[in-house]
Amino acid sequence: MTPAEEVVRAEQLTKVFRTPGPRRAGRPPGAGRPDGPSSDGLVAVDHLDLQVRRGEIFGLLGPNGAGKSTTIGILTTRVLPTSGRALVAGVDVVRSPARVKRHIGVVSQTNTLDRSLSVSDNLYYHGRYFGLGRREAARRAEELLERFRLADRANAPVLSLSGGMAQRLMVARAVLHEPEVLFLDEPTAGLDPQSRLALWDLVRDLHARGQTVLLTTHYMEEADQLCERLAIIDHGRILAQDTPAALKRTLGDRSEIRLALAGDAQQAASLVKGVLASGDAEVVALDGTVRCFVRDAGSVLPTVVAEASRAGTVTNVTVEEPTLESVFIRLTGRDLRE
Amino acid sequence: MTRTFLALLARDLRVLRSTFPVFVIRVVMQPLLLVFVFTYVFPKIGQAIGGSGSTTSFSTVLIAGVVALSIIFQGIQGVALNLVQEFGYTKEIEDRVLAPLPIWAVAAEKVVAAALQGLVAAAVVFPVAAFVPATPVHLSVDWPVLVTLAPLAALCAGALGLAIGTLIPPQQVALIFAIIVLPLTFLGAIYYPWQALHPIAWLQYLVLVNPLVYMSEGFRAALTAGVPHMALLWVYLAVVGFGALLWAIGLWGFRRRVLS
Ligand SMILES: Nc1ncnc2c1ncn2[C@@H]1O[C@H](COP(=O)(O)OP(=O)(O)OP(=O)(O)O)[C@@H](O)[C@H]1O
Ligand SMILES: [Mg+2]
Repeated sequence: MTPAEEVVRAEQLTKVFRTPGPRRAGRPPGAGRPDGPSSDGLVAVDHLDLQVRRGEIFGLLGPNGAGKSTTIGILTTRVLPTSGRALVAGVDVVRSPARVKRHIGVVSQTNTLDRSLSVSDNLYYHGRYFGLGRREAARRAEELLERFRLADRANAPVLSLSGGMAQRLMVARAVLHEPEVLFLDEPTAGLDPQSRLALWDLVRDLHARGQTVLLTTHYMEEADQLCERLAIIDHGRILAQDTPAALKRTLGDRSEIRLALAGDAQQAASLVKGVLASGDAEVVALDGTVRCFVRDAGSVLPTVVAEASRAGTVTNVTVEEPTLESVFIRLTGRDLRE
Repeated sequence: MTRTFLALLARDLRVLRSTFPVFVIRVVMQPLLLVFVFTYVFPKIGQAIGGSGSTTSFSTVLIAGVVALSIIFQGIQGVALNLVQEFGYTKEIEDRVLAPLPIWAVAAEKVVAAALQGLVAAAVVFPVAAFVPATPVHLSVDWPVLVTLAPLAALCAGALGLAIGTLIPPQQVALIFAIIVLPLTFLGAIYYPWQALHPIAWLQYLVLVNPLVYMSEGFRAALTAGVPHMALLWVYLAVVGFGALLWAIGLWGFRRRVLS
């Protein structure tokens, strides 16, 4: 890969929050890392390496508190990294934040629309901030309202928009100045299924026009459906990085047997592990279920069920092709949901 | 960068225009009430005010103070209250923070927007002073002082607004009034020249930490003749000095709020 194709690059990016922030699952600094920072704080992003290529949709998939927003925050100049380096469009985010801002479009996790302005003025003034003339800003605002199906709301106050509309307006605003990279932080969190599909279509459409997109999500379907490449992130660290198909292939030709159990899932898991002789079978206990990643699920299924029954009553059994969620569970022993 | 700065300013003016009646009330109410009560009602009901001075000179003394007060109030209302809200409950300032210019310039735009409102508010005092008082107001305008001092005072007030807006947590907006607005205004040499505090020496020196004192004194120099005022050198030094200090504090607070 030549540097010219690379629009975002992070090298050993690290962020330690000194002040105790909103309490969530985070790692104490230095945990599992002898050279980690020794002062107190919370490691939100931990030596993260990342490259996003021009024109691709790249995803950061991880559970709540994984450090996704912090990573986006650093790349969009709003969070200062503790160490490491990040370049966006070839410009260093710490050294030249104002220049970086020219090249990026950002949709934050929370609604940041300008409540004092109407829907179309949100777009118009955004264009003006980016140096467009009156005419051009107005023309693009109008065009985007049309394309994002917001034209009939042009003069409405932004507070009157539904969640899905507000989100579309945020995306429209973020692309109005034709940024080199579009950052979408959990763009469909909290949206109803229909709005989610509509937003996916918009993102695909932008992608078809050549837009580079870096998005975060904790929905594995979204990562699977939308992203060409993705990084699985947990506790601020990248655990795996590849295309969705390749990540799923890391499970080999294994599929997932999922047992729901009234009983001790932990014990059931170790019993099952004991009887699955084959070396590459993996068994994880999670929220009262047992997940077994095995080859040839059909033939081992009776043994697995029989063994698990010794620890409690098996109430449900499913066999599935591996999903990104299976990949995540296998990497972390946890699932993506909060 | 200049274009972006002007666009941010245009946005603020757009918002002002769309809430124009609110702006008018904000700018007119305070001078109107002050001037009405102190220079119309009191003389009419024979309430003695202004100590040894005559009521005529009290009206004259007051006008300079009201100009200074109007400017300060726009700094607090135009920037501080807005910022407290935008930082506290909504994150909407983020779009402007992501505009392609350095953070300090985004903060500077807020100060300039407040300063412009302050100048409008100051200008409004003059027609009010011309029509409302029962006793005549004798103004003798020193133009060079007025046109230099007014923008400096307005910028200083904007910087004060920025500092307050970024330092006060949103749950404590009420504090703005209790610990900042009230002492600032009641001890701002608005109703009396600073010199008149002479009998209470400790207070006379204590109020020197209040930037409004220098503004009132400066406007007294710019607008009246025959009323004692502080030397202009101190006025300019203090307004610029306080402005710079408050700008530094405000910028520090602004960065702390938008960067983590
Ligand atoms: N300003 C801050 N100060 C202190 N700690 C913070 C701050 N912002 C985030 N954190 C902490 O850093 C960790 C990572 O947070 P981050 O918001 O990046 O996660 P996320 O992956 O975006 O999660 P979510 O899916 O909930 O949005 C969390 O433990 C969080 O509590
Ligand atoms: Mg987040």
